[in-house]
Amino acid sequence: MVVLMAMIAVWLKIDEERVVQALHEAAEKLDSVEGEMALDFSSVQRIDAGALRGMEEFETLAGDKGVKVVLRGVNVGVYKVLKLAKLTSRFSFAS
Amino acid sequence: MVTHEVVQERVQIPLTAESLSQERIAYLERLVSQARTAAAVFTQFTQEDVDRIVKAMALAGLDQAQHLARLAVEETKLGVMEDKVIKNMVATEFVYNYIKDKRTVGVIREFPERNLVEVAEPIGVIFSITPITNPTSTVLFKCIMAIKTRNAVIFSPHPNAWRCCSEAVKIMYETAIKHGAPEGVFACLESHTLLDNAYLMGHKDVGLIDATGGPGAVKAAYSSGKPALGVGPGNTPVYLEKTADVNTAVTDIILSKTFDNGTICASEQTAVIDDQIYDFVLKKFSELGAHICNEKETRLLARTVIDPETGFMQPMAVGQKAADIARLAGISVTAGTKLLIAPIDGVGREHPLSVEKLFPVLAVYRAKSVDEALKVCVDVNHAGGLGHTAVIFSRDDEVIRRFSELMNAGRILVNSPGSVGAVGGVYNDLAPTFSFGCGTGGGNSTTDNVNIYHYLNIKRVARRTQAHMWFRVPNQIYFNLNAVENVRQFPSLSTIIITNPALEKFGHVDVVRRYIPEGTHVHVSVIPDAEPEIKVVMQGVEALNFYKADQIIALGGGSVIDAAKIMKLKYESPDADLEELAAPFLDLRKRVVQYPTDKSNRVRLIAIPTTSGTGSEVTPFAVLTDKARARKVTLADYSLTPDVAIVDPQFVMSMPKGLTADTGIDCLTHALEAAVSSYASAYTDCNAMQAMRMAFKYLPIAYENPRDEEARLMMHNAACIAAMAFANASVGVNHALAHAFGARFGVAHGRANALMLPHVIAYNASVPTKFLPSPYQKGYIAHRKYATIADLLGLGGHTIDEKVKNLVVATEQLLDQLGFPRSIAELGISKEEFERAIPDLTKLAFDDPSWRSNPRMPLMSELADLFWKAYEGRRPARVTAAIRNQNA
Repeated sequence: MVVLMAMIAVWLKIDEERVVQALHEAAEKLDSVEGEMALDFSSVQRIDAGALRGMEEFETLAGDKGVKVVLRGVNVGVYKVLKLAKLTSRFSFAS
Repeated sequence: MVTHEVVQERVQIPLTAESLSQERIAYLERLVSQARTAAAVFTQFTQEDVDRIVKAMALAGLDQAQHLARLAVEETKLGVMEDKVIKNMVATEFVYNYIKDKRTVGVIREFPERNLVEVAEPIGVIFSITPITNPTSTVLFKCIMAIKTRNAVIFSPHPNAWRCCSEAVKIMYETAIKHGAPEGVFACLESHTLLDNAYLMGHKDVGLIDATGGPGAVKAAYSSGKPALGVGPGNTPVYLEKTADVNTAVTDIILSKTFDNGTICASEQTAVIDDQIYDFVLKKFSELGAHICNEKETRLLARTVIDPETGFMQPMAVGQKAADIARLAGISVTAGTKLLIAPIDGVGREHPLSVEKLFPVLAVYRAKSVDEALKVCVDVNHAGGLGHTAVIFSRDDEVIRRFSELMNAGRILVNSPGSVGAVGGVYNDLAPTFSFGCGTGGGNSTTDNVNIYHYLNIKRVARRTQAHMWFRVPNQIYFNLNAVENVRQFPSLSTIIITNPALEKFGHVDVVRRYIPEGTHVHVSVIPDAEPEIKVVMQGVEALNFYKADQIIALGGGSVIDAAKIMKLKYESPDADLEELAAPFLDLRKRVVQYPTDKSNRVRLIAIPTTSGTGSEVTPFAVLTDKARARKVTLADYSLTPDVAIVDPQFVMSMPKGLTADTGIDCLTHALEAAVSSYASAYTDCNAMQAMRMAFKYLPIAYENPRDEEARLMMHNAACIAAMAFANASVGVNHALAHAFGARFGVAHGRANALMLPHVIAYNASVPTKFLPSPYQKGYIAHRKYATIADLLGLGGHTIDEKVKNLVVATEQLLDQLGFPRSIAELGISKEEFERAIPDLTKLAFDDPSWRSNPRMPLMSELADLFWKAYEGRRPARVTAAIRNQNA
């Protein structure tokens, strides 16, 4: 008999106007997540320094709780910002 | 702006930061991390975004110019407040004016005619050292540059200018943030030490060090292993040449030398004055408020302001007023004295005042001549001022030119003040700056006025250019039977016919003579029927000179026509060096050696071929035999192309069968190689394809029935048409192999070509081991071209492979029909002898320029393999079929 491990994934859409706030909300849900949390960045065209800091902190928090953070729909401009800020290795990316 | 902070320049800046506390390291890491994040975020900004912020910063800088100047003078005790206000305004208004319309985001420049586009990429984090002499202006300048280029900056101000600099950074930062710049874009080190500098200079996330400071800081920046903009010290000579406008010169020098009490390192240090105007100049200086020191005063001054041990200026004098310096030196001057003038009679350690003096003291030297003046300027330039700035006042363009050539200075200013002139944008069109690059002379990476372009990585997007091609042949080609009659339309006073003994014997020369207009002096020069030697060529040139020829008629095969081409070259340009002209080249249009265009004689060359193969009558090539060195020299240039070609089959009707076959295969090889050449074009393809059709059809007929007029005519035209193709598309590896093999074993060129031809087609049609750079072609197409040829010849086949194979088979069949030996072994060359020759053959073939346009680049091992295939006569078509069957 094969036993499948339970995976409770959470998906959150991130609004460009309130990235930091959305990350706070996501952080609050981390306790109920098993496996991974997907953040949908498809509507984020540009990211600021505060949001970058927020992402870094959120990923640290998620890592402590054993949750993998998957970023979906990150545009190439934002991806380059994450790359320059040396943050890409801390996230998984999905289209 | 470089300063001579003599205290700092004697300090060894440690490159390791081991003694930093963990707490301090955490602080520095935080600064870098913030700057890195800001720089990352900044990459998303548009040109409009940064321009909006830059404008606000410039306005804020202007608004606070006086406040910052006052702070700077209070803190540093250097310079003049009013002048520092001007500096702050230049650093904002002038810099803004210079950069406002310049693109620094995305595509910044386009060069459509070169298919080049430049795209900006920010540097990221810049670590910037700023000086004590121009503290706030340098900060304002660098902040504006950084925002314009989307970079973040960590500032390390001079410790004695920290308060004013951090205030300048704060004003710029707050304004930038208010207008949308990323948080953390600027930071200013707090109460830092040299260890902090060393740590940041070595930090992996710092992209560039911009060190505007003393030589110690600059050296540390360059030693850090990071890209650095470190700018060097100055010692500006100013030459007042006798034609100078003295009034302007003296005013400008006083203005420059007293500006901010001489703290700008581009200011004049030693004035070299022509004897004729020396007294007048000094009088003018005196009238305008300078004090001319006598000998004793000069000694006192030198003792006071120059450190006798180091030979450098004393720090306490930097940026001080002339009257205060005079008081220190014990020199009595009137109140309001602007400048102290100290006559010197040499440059160097024994003349202390000949060095850089960042205060209002100017050395003057009386020069007896222009040469002496220039020598002294060179000495001053080399006494600590290499690469920086030099100034001349003169109306004599020749003197200005000589001065410019002699001075090693990034800025050579003409009829304008040194300090304000070098800053740029005020007296000239130099880029406004507060950082002067001093080139390698000053140990710097640039001679530029450092500006926004030094804060950018400029990416060049180079699109593939459409290479210009050409199709060049004689502008007159007459063909078909009796085309020789056209000789009559070319007037000449003196014609020389170059030919060989056999053709004279056959009466061909008489046929030509018949059509030379009456009244023309005709001389016949008979040369041996072999590739021409230099001796033969020079005899021909002698004849041309003797008869003052205005026309050459070359009647013969390739060797006669080649000889005539070289005779023409040497006759028209007697100084032409054949050895030099034969130098190797890769691209005819980019060759190092140029053929002469100045001609002392003019002569028309009419080429009448008597074989149907070489096509020399329309090509730009000529081969010369250098018997002394047992080698052949190939000359190639379109100036060698005959002026007129006459392709008349009557001269080939008596060609023997062997020669018909040899020259015919040469023609076919020309066409086949030109068709797949990397220089092939639609213009050469049509000729190559047509020549192949004619050769495949008519060569066997001409060979079997030498008197068949149509076949002879077609083959004669085919040879010329194929030559027009290869004259422009060149040949390929077949010729390289044949040249090497033919020369080594004395085998006729056509025959040598024949031995290689099927193997080369199979070789070129397979996927290359190595591609040859070929801007003229799009992709590897040789196999498809062979398939097209097979279609054109009606050889059948459904796939490219089948068609290529059919072409190889048809070529082999043609060679069989013409009775060619099908292997080198059949020539009686033993395997051992051939094996011994292979290394040389391979080397010779590889050195041969013919393959440079081959569709695949031959490796040495592949050339050897081709030689062996030719030796053994393995039939490529059968081998290909066998492999295919085996695989099946």
